[in-house]
Amino acid sequence: MKTVKAIHQPGEWYKSRFDAFERSLNGDSKTALHELRREAIGRFQETGFPTNRNEEWKFTNVSPIAQIGFEPVLRYAGEGVTLEQFDPLALPGAHRLVFVNGFFSKPLSSTSALPEGIQCGSLASAVRSSHEGVGKYLGKLVKFDETPFVLLNTAFLLDGAFLFIPDNIVLEEPIQFLFLATGDAPALITPRNLVVIGNRSQATIVESYGFTQSRQYLTNVVTEMYLGEGAVVEHDKLQHESTSAYHVAMMQVNLSGHSTLTSNSIALGGSIARNNITTILDGEGIECTLNGLSLGTGSQLIDNHTTIDHAKPHCESHQLYKAILDGSSRGVFNGKIFVRQDAQKTDAKQTNKTLLLSDDATMDTKPQLEIFADDVKCTHGATIGQLDAEQIFYLRSRGIDESKARDILTFAFASDVVRRVHHEALRDRLEILVHERLSGGRAIGD
Amino acid sequence: MLEIRDLHARIGTTEILNGITLSVNAGEVHAIMGPNGSGKSTLAQVLAGRDTYEVTNGSVLYNGKDLLDMDPEERAREGLFLAFQYPVEIPGVSNTYFLKSALNAIRKHRGLDDLDAVEFLQLVKEKMRLVQLDETLLSRPVNEGFSGGEKKRNEIFHMAVLEPKLAILDETDSGLDIDALRIVADGVNKLRRKDNAVIVVTHYQRLLNYIVPDFVHVMVDGHIAKSGGKELALTLEERGYDWLKEDVEPMSVHA
Ligand SMILES: Nc1ncnc2c1ncn2[C@@H]1O[C@H](COP(=O)(O)OP(=O)(O)OP(=O)(O)O)[C@@H](O)[C@H]1O
Ligand SMILES: [Mg+2]
Repeated sequence: MKTVKAIHQPGEWYKSRFDAFERSLNGDSKTALHELRREAIGRFQETGFPTNRNEEWKFTNVSPIAQIGFEPVLRYAGEGVTLEQFDPLALPGAHRLVFVNGFFSKPLSSTSALPEGIQCGSLASAVRSSHEGVGKYLGKLVKFDETPFVLLNTAFLLDGAFLFIPDNIVLEEPIQFLFLATGDAPALITPRNLVVIGNRSQATIVESYGFTQSRQYLTNVVTEMYLGEGAVVEHDKLQHESTSAYHVAMMQVNLSGHSTLTSNSIALGGSIARNNITTILDGEGIECTLNGLSLGTGSQLIDNHTTIDHAKPHCESHQLYKAILDGSSRGVFNGKIFVRQDAQKTDAKQTNKTLLLSDDATMDTKPQLEIFADDVKCTHGATIGQLDAEQIFYLRSRGIDESKARDILTFAFASDVVRRVHHEALRDRLEILVHERLSGGRAIGD
Repeated sequence: MLEIRDLHARIGTTEILNGITLSVNAGEVHAIMGPNGSGKSTLAQVLAGRDTYEVTNGSVLYNGKDLLDMDPEERAREGLFLAFQYPVEIPGVSNTYFLKSALNAIRKHRGLDDLDAVEFLQLVKEKMRLVQLDETLLSRPVNEGFSGGEKKRNEIFHMAVLEPKLAILDETDSGLDIDALRIVADGVNKLRRKDNAVIVVTHYQRLLNYIVPDFVHVMVDGHIAKSGGKELALTLEERGYDWLKEDVEPMSVHA
């Protein structure tokens, strides 16, 4: 393993990496995209990484990230990488975009079975061919300075997934974006994804993260998604990074009227994992469901921040975030709901449930409801607790031993989220992964 | 089969069982009756191994072994079964999965192989017919959203599948309609053999018309105030419990 470089001034460190990157661009440094990058690095130099003084980062201390001189990955280096190395992440039957350290791998991807008219490939090539979706949406949905991590991602915005589905297309099989981290350098991996779903089109998008070596790297991903009128999208994310790595993700989805978004986010990996999802409900009759499951062990910190912005009347949002924390792991849930003055008849529900498996595990949960309309229904609730002694006794009194009783109940707690994934093969895989994690390698249920 | 001697148990500092002595032999059916709060469920739970109750005195031998020294799962594997007065709901765990795990744990203890899916299904179908349990309750999470009566039937269904040596039924008749009562009683009677025993806790003489007991015990204030034959249940139906409460008062002064 390469040694990790300790740094004191991240702003200067990443500026120096940026300058080197810029020199390598030659003529390409005059584009609008590069202007954006330059602005981003300039701002990042000023802000640096957030500290706990920032309300948004109160419970999540990213100083371990700030102290490492991660090396931005600037080009594809996926030779020798095979999907088998990442078993069982690749989903059989799915259309698949594969990225190695953030860069598109043509040989590992397969999109030939996609219907005509759909653009699905690397963001870099969509940028090169000046695809209309790029000009219209890239960098337009997620606020550039939303967090310093978005700035850093934008400074090194080079590649990622690009998906453009025109109107009235129903995709049966899911599209998988598979992000693989490999190599032994402390890499800064900055995928940038852009997804545009046309009016009344339907798709399932699976976003998976895997790794080959347990090491310190930083995945700093930004995803922008736009749903047209009546679009129906399920987004399933499996974050299975190394537990030595860092994962910081920002996803924003802008929803048009009568569209439906279901997002199921399962976080297993990361020494520090921060997942932001922001949805803007910008039309009537929208249904937005965000579910999450975090499984923390050792000294992991898994943080979910959600924002649901009800901008228009007659929309529904449902959130169920669960965490199972073992060892001295920590969890954070921060759920913001805005109900704008215009958004009458909003129905918003938020639930956060945490199961603590050890005395040293902790959870910070914070609902934030800001309601400016008067005729709305908003509920939120949070519970933090241990396994139920009566349930354990009931199982044991029928002959099931104590550790298995605990496993069964813990898995049941988790499966409440996993079962919401519609795609059967994906759900089965997730169940196996969750099983493995919860039983620490022991098999449950056989 | 079961020898309870001078059993005392408490929760916190509250004494709940104050010296229970009771012998149950193979082939027998014992009924335990008594007013609300007298300790019947506590006794049942202590026998099943619930550790919220602290046993402060006394002993329990089960087939010659020290029952109190065994974990709850060990007791179950040795053939003890408790049908709960209030079966708990277990969201996310299907009734079949739960039952299969329990059955295979017990079989393993007896040196038998796991049942495969087909054999298990066959067994389950047969036992479901016995207690006339609705098939949809199999795939649903254990007891979740079951009606009161469905929960009780489900307990008997579990008992039928697990085939215990000593079954303790804690008010399994409460909340059952007349038909269900007969079905449950039939289920119990079909399992009656000369090598197993049943303890039924009940408030109603009615159940004892179907499951005819060899002995009836009346529990008052944490001990057995009176024991008798099946006719004792009729006396209780007629006279209530007050006459027994007065009976035992002097004894508690001595204690
Ligand atoms: N967890 C507990 N904490 C405090 N008191 C308890 C607890 N469990 C039982 N008790 C008390 O012990 C006494 C005996 O309760 P138990 O449930 O054994 O009665 P029971 O005879 O089964 O009554 P019922 O006929 O109403 O079912 C009651 O006074 C009850 O309140
Ligand atoms: Mg009781």
